[in-house]
Amino acid sequence: MATIHVDGNAYDVDGSDNLLHACLSLGLDIPYFCWHPAMGSVGACRQCAVKQYKDENDTQGKIVMSCMTPAADNSWIAIDDDDAKAFRARVVEWLMTYHPHDCPVCAEGGHCHLQDMTVMTGHSQRRYRFTKRTHRNQYLGPFVAHEMNRCINCYRCVRFYNDYAGGTDLGVFGMHNNLYFGRHEEGVLESPFAGNLTEVCPTGVFTDKTHTRHYTRKWDLQYAPSVCHQCAVGCNTSPGERYGSVRRIENRYHGEVNGYFLCDRGRFGYDYINRDDRPRRPEWHDAGVKTLDVDPALDRGADLLRRADRVIGIGSPRASLESNHQLKTLVGENNFSTGIAAAEQACLARMAGIDAAGALATPTPREMESHDAVLVLGEDLHHSAARLGLNVRQAVLGRREELAEERGIPLWNAEAVKTLAQDSYHPLYIAYPSATELDGISAASMRLAPDNIARLGFAIAHEIDAEAPAVDGLDAATQAHAKEIARALLAAERPLVISGGSLESTAILDATDSVVRALARREKNGGLLMVRREANSTGLALMDGKPLERALEQVSLGHADALVVLENDLYERLPQARVDETLDAADGLIVIDHQRTQTWQRANLGLPAASFAETDGTLVNLEGRAQRFYQVYDPRHLRPECRLHAGWRWLDALRASLGRSAGEPLTFAKAVADCAESHPALAGMESAGDHAELPGTLKLARSPHRYSGRTSMRADISVSEPRMPQDPETPFEFSMEGYSGFDRPRRNVPFAWAPGWNSPQAWNKFTDSVGGHLSGGDPGICVAGTVKAASSGYPAANRIPAAFAHQGDRFQLWVLPRLFGGEATSARADAIAERAQTPCLRLSAADARALDAEDGETLTLTAGESRLPLALHIEADLPDGLVTLPAGVMPGAPNGHWVTLDKAPGKTPGKEDG
Amino acid sequence: MTDRLYDAAGTTAPIATDGDGFVLHDDDRRAILDERDHYEQPQAACIEALKIVQKRHSWVPDAAIAAIAEALGVGVGAVEGVATFYNLIFRQPVGRHVILVCDSSSCFLTGFEELGEALSQRLGIGFGETTKDNRFTLLPTCCLGACDRGPAMMIGDDTFGPIAPDDLSELLEAYP
Amino acid sequence: MMTSIPSNSRLRYKSQLRQPASERLEHTHPLTWRLNDDGSRVGLDEYRQKNGYVGAQNALEQAPDDIIQAMKTANVRGRGGGGFSAGVKWSLTQVGDNLPRGYMVCNADEMEPGTFKDRLLMEQQPHLLIEGMIISARANRSKYGYIFLRGEYVDAARSLSLAIEEAREAGLLGDDVAGSGFDFDISLHTGAGRYICGEETALINSLEGKRANPRAKPPFPGQSGAWGKPTVVNNVETLCNAPAVLQHGAEWYQELSGNLSNDGGTKLYGVSGLVACPGLWELPIGTTGWDILERAGGMREGHTLKTWLPGGGSTGFLLPEHLELPLDFDTVGQYGSRLGTGLLTVVSQRQSLVALLRNLEQFFARESCGWCTPCRDGLPWAAKILQTLEHGEGRPGDIELLQEHAANIGPGLTFCAHAPGAAMPLESAIRHFRADFAAGIVEEDAKGGSAVADGSDTAAAKEEVS
Ligand SMILES: Cc1cc2nc3c(=O)[nH]c(=O)nc-3n(C[C@H](O)[C@H](O)[C@H](O)COP(=O)(O)O)c2cc1C
Ligand code: SF4
Ligand code: FES
Repeated sequence: MATIHVDGNAYDVDGSDNLLHACLSLGLDIPYFCWHPAMGSVGACRQCAVKQYKDENDTQGKIVMSCMTPAADNSWIAIDDDDAKAFRARVVEWLMTYHPHDCPVCAEGGHCHLQDMTVMTGHSQRRYRFTKRTHRNQYLGPFVAHEMNRCINCYRCVRFYNDYAGGTDLGVFGMHNNLYFGRHEEGVLESPFAGNLTEVCPTGVFTDKTHTRHYTRKWDLQYAPSVCHQCAVGCNTSPGERYGSVRRIENRYHGEVNGYFLCDRGRFGYDYINRDDRPRRPEWHDAGVKTLDVDPALDRGADLLRRADRVIGIGSPRASLESNHQLKTLVGENNFSTGIAAAEQACLARMAGIDAAGALATPTPREMESHDAVLVLGEDLHHSAARLGLNVRQAVLGRREELAEERGIPLWNAEAVKTLAQDSYHPLYIAYPSATELDGISAASMRLAPDNIARLGFAIAHEIDAEAPAVDGLDAATQAHAKEIARALLAAERPLVISGGSLESTAILDATDSVVRALARREKNGGLLMVRREANSTGLALMDGKPLERALEQVSLGHADALVVLENDLYERLPQARVDETLDAADGLIVIDHQRTQTWQRANLGLPAASFAETDGTLVNLEGRAQRFYQVYDPRHLRPECRLHAGWRWLDALRASLGRSAGEPLTFAKAVADCAESHPALAGMESAGDHAELPGTLKLARSPHRYSGRTSMRADISVSEPRMPQDPETPFEFSMEGYSGFDRPRRNVPFAWAPGWNSPQAWNKFTDSVGGHLSGGDPGICVAGTVKAASSGYPAANRIPAAFAHQGDRFQLWVLPRLFGGEATSARADAIAERAQTPCLRLSAADARALDAEDGETLTLTAGESRLPLALHIEADLPDGLVTLPAGVMPGAPNGHWVTLDKAPGKTPGKEDG
Repeated sequence: MTDRLYDAAGTTAPIATDGDGFVLHDDDRRAILDERDHYEQPQAACIEALKIVQKRHSWVPDAAIAAIAEALGVGVGAVEGVATFYNLIFRQPVGRHVILVCDSSSCFLTGFEELGEALSQRLGIGFGETTKDNRFTLLPTCCLGACDRGPAMMIGDDTFGPIAPDDLSELLEAYP
Repeated sequence: MMTSIPSNSRLRYKSQLRQPASERLEHTHPLTWRLNDDGSRVGLDEYRQKNGYVGAQNALEQAPDDIIQAMKTANVRGRGGGGFSAGVKWSLTQVGDNLPRGYMVCNADEMEPGTFKDRLLMEQQPHLLIEGMIISARANRSKYGYIFLRGEYVDAARSLSLAIEEAREAGLLGDDVAGSGFDFDISLHTGAGRYICGEETALINSLEGKRANPRAKPPFPGQSGAWGKPTVVNNVETLCNAPAVLQHGAEWYQELSGNLSNDGGTKLYGVSGLVACPGLWELPIGTTGWDILERAGGMREGHTLKTWLPGGGSTGFLLPEHLELPLDFDTVGQYGSRLGTGLLTVVSQRQSLVALLRNLEQFFARESCGWCTPCRDGLPWAAKILQTLEHGEGRPGDIELLQEHAANIGPGLTFCAHAPGAAMPLESAIRHFRADFAAGIVEEDAKGGSAVADGSDTAAAKEEVS
């Protein structure tokens, strides 16, 4: 704590901050550019100048950069000082000398930090009268557009991209006032976090290309707090809608989950909900396709269900808890499947068990960053839970901060901290079959077959605690690694273990269990985080459903004759033949989805579901945090013909139709309450979000004050103006009318705006301290995950797998997660499809040689009855005997099974070998 | 009003690649790796590496940037950042002889402008340009530390001064 | 490549001291007494014959703190331009059991416009520098040394490489320096251009193979310098003073400047510009500008002195009357300028000050590293205004705009001292010669036409020097 005096007022602040950070946290405005709360200070832009005085008697003072000055106790400063103000106005004037003043055609306009700061400093007259230099721009891939002429040279982009996110292909080139921020040559930005440049850049150099395609100003967008549906991390997002389509996804600040940053899948993967081919009205598939209105659709659905002897409900880890619960209610507990394949579900169950045993607590993503040693068993985070890759990187870089503290260098002094530590890192160990993005900063990256990853894990546990089971016949290299890793984990204050279900190996999870138990026995204050695949995988694991194969079996075996499939494409999960066989045997199939999937095409009745932007729901992320996403817009307002409804609403209506009851339609509040009540494990989910605000208080606005054209938006449909859609379910209004301020603490913030702060930097007005937590508390509530508990024994002691052995001419198949293209819904977004690399299969150099196959050559992979021809990529140090495939190219590929490869031309992917 | 003098030494990021198929000469790779051992971190050898490549090719083609990055194990963005910062690393082809004319204050006071003009006339090129026969590239440079004998200039590794316009024939002829 | 210009051609540039050997004595000219009149390089044998490495030998037998004390007492002030006490700097290098031994870096980037002194020392007497570095390394417990030499100094590079080899072979570098048990070795690092590399923290970044952006201070290089290790950076000339201090003692050294200055020792002074005989002299620190200009034979025929820069392009303009001042760090600092590198640049009445300013500001703008806004974006703007003034196309308000620029790129406002270095000549020139600038302004007259202001040279009335 320190007391600082600003413009004559005394404030208590955190003395370890710099003055800029401290003042912004107090709610005072100081303009700045190069500083960023997540990246610290570098003192480059000189915009944050204030006057500092030696003491209260000093009347002279001198100008200092607030970002580079400690908020030392008894500091005396003035923001409102004529010299400082004049200097700040000069700085903006300089920055603008070469700026093109092209706000009207700039995608940043309206949420531009440069605009905000220019206004804040009061600079409005341009005195520079000479020519401006211009730059050529680069193609940077499908996500990010480049307009270098707008650059104000704050260096934030390279500091984020390289220092923070570990990228290597973006740089700053040239010197003096001829600087260029871009790639060394045109091409796709390689970092999976490149999209953050659109928010990190304070002006319009890096903008969101997916947004520009259907551009709308920030003030004309309608928002709601949402949660990313593209993986299990659960980053908080603000989707912005206009004219019935989502125009962009922005980061929504969350102090514990995503902070200021998202991954590119989450940011740019939304366009599947805007697809033209999306089902928007119920469909009856017979000889042809017949679209129906809601009531006839429900009648036909009810008929179909009524005719069936037994109906199986297949839920989905990409649908909300509420929708899954309504499905379960409709079909009955015994007939409910999670929609997750057995191998994955086994892993989920195993992970839930480990969490429940509670040897080590589950850290939040932010907490992960303060761990001082990390072991990753069987995950490639940049692909399976990308945002966490960024967190692990910060954990590893945390060593710098430790060193800086020892040497009295303030942690915000970013370049100094970096310089001091050079490449001293906290130890990171990664065991994975293939190369991973974090290898560059790991102490060791071991390329191992999954069974050997498990053996390594068991061996580490044994090294940590001699009572943990020893591994028989361990090779010397693994033994040495195990010793080194155990030593590093024990030397750490807070070791972190990361594992998960990406490889669908319960053996790895058993080993993880042993490691964390061993650490717990050595009283380590560590953490364990296990990666799940989909947005609601963790939630579904708590809902007690059967695995997908078991449910389909009921139909194939004739024990059931109809299916209701909720937001799930069975063809993405099991081999084609397996799904066909079941659907052929079923008498009726109802599919509720927002995508025209292969499963939808086979439905008798298709009911168009609302996507995450069109309804409310709750998801449980991989830490066990239940988070609410809210409806962004009402699709019927602008497309009156569409009949989109939440999954939970369709299912409730089906149940009502089936029972011929015409009761009250289900409210969202009731859907939440029902689910919470039926699942003790989910009891907390009710407080994951808020329903309508307390009576008498204002509702919250979904759009900014300046939202324009509301009354004319439907003019092409009808000039008479209908009432705006009402939202009795949530605290939000479909309107700019309502509260959108920051002075009353709240956790539900659809969009961040404060007077004078139009850019994403406005989030700093909504936090308790800059970079801290939302002032009303970070949204969501932990329902699962682990609270540390005493654990004893090593239950997996007798499940240590044998060492992996090469099987002659057969290869063990492993499907590796893939950020772009490896997740079914985002893969349907054009930008993601464009970004996805052409899939290939990978073999070690030795195996390729044995097959006499060359890099790039097509090989046919035969797994049971499925065949897949794919180009070969030789990954020199992949373990021999393995073949890997990226996720999303061979649905239902049997992970861990033995397959053959041959050079003969194969058939189309996934097609049965007849 | 011209910016030429002022910007001639600056280079901006390339838009397209060229020199595909560039291979780091074995000797150069060895020299670069050897240089690396003089420092605590491999990146420190980056400037020397650029000079090594430049020595062989007379300039640093785009593709060499990636090759150096790979050889030293540093990011390609960082290497290009360095390559475009320093004025003695040429990111565009230069002639056989690079003429660096000191344009700083003492030489300015002792005849830089006349010398520059005379050179320009003679070679038929302006600062920042290369003669058609690829013989000379003309660049301005910072104070050469030869102020007591300004105006001064360098051709290749040789420093000359004071140079009067009349001396140029003799001087240039020595560089075929 | 071989060239047909003979090595003794008059066209070739050779570093040259203007004082004959007869004038340069061991006890009065510690920096240059060993130099040969023909400018030939003093090799190891010759250097040793002339009492070379005696100072280093003494230093190796002393405790580091005693060396530092000697440097403090001798009051050796940084010759790189800043004038910071070398002894004090060395005492700020962090040492400790849990701290790694760091680096001794010699700043041989000499690029300050008008400066040509370090070149001479390195080309002709490289062992003096190596000896100075050994002493500094000993005092700072540095484990390794780098000479950061500008790439254009090809002859100096040759001379230094050879000297490093010679010293290594003689056991003066490497493990166990001269049998003292102290290890220290030196590498020569040659730069790739850019004035900013001379700024000590930018130099460290450049040494690390990065873009030469300066670093924020604190932490100072002594706390966290090259690769985060404690690092001392000293100018060539500063280091070349250490051997004599260690050989003859601090008091002797301090006495060299007699009652001319509080600063100790001698200084390599020089003059460039339109003087009869430009050159370089080793003189007691505190010698007057007058004395130096006299040695240079005064202004060239037909020229009179208008103004002068005392120590490089980043120092402030002084008037002829200031030639009376002793040229040391404190005195010059009192007159709105700095001693800088102590190499004078003179401007004749017949030369355009505005054009010179334009040239200087273009230099500083071009050499800005591009890190901080005032320098990166302010200097080019100022240079462009000066360009219009030079062409008589200035507008009313331009002088004030220039002054505003000079005021807003001063110390503390920018990230490093580069831009303040550009501000000083600009501010002082306008202060002394405002009319020269006003002459470039097109005045809007009442009838809406314009007239070029009277270009008469008000400074012509100033004292003349012949
Ligand atoms: C822009 C700039 C350029 C500089 N160039 C040089 C230089 O070329 N040589 C030098 O010795 N010092 C130069 N300096 C001064 C150094 O930063 C530093 O003060 C000096 O090397 C310290 O050595 P000293 O204490 O021995 O003088 C420069 C400073 C600035 C701000
Ligand atoms: S003043 Fe700023 S831009 Fe100029 S050289 Fe120093 S840090 Fe770079
Ligand atoms: S925010 Fe302080 S200098 Fe840029």
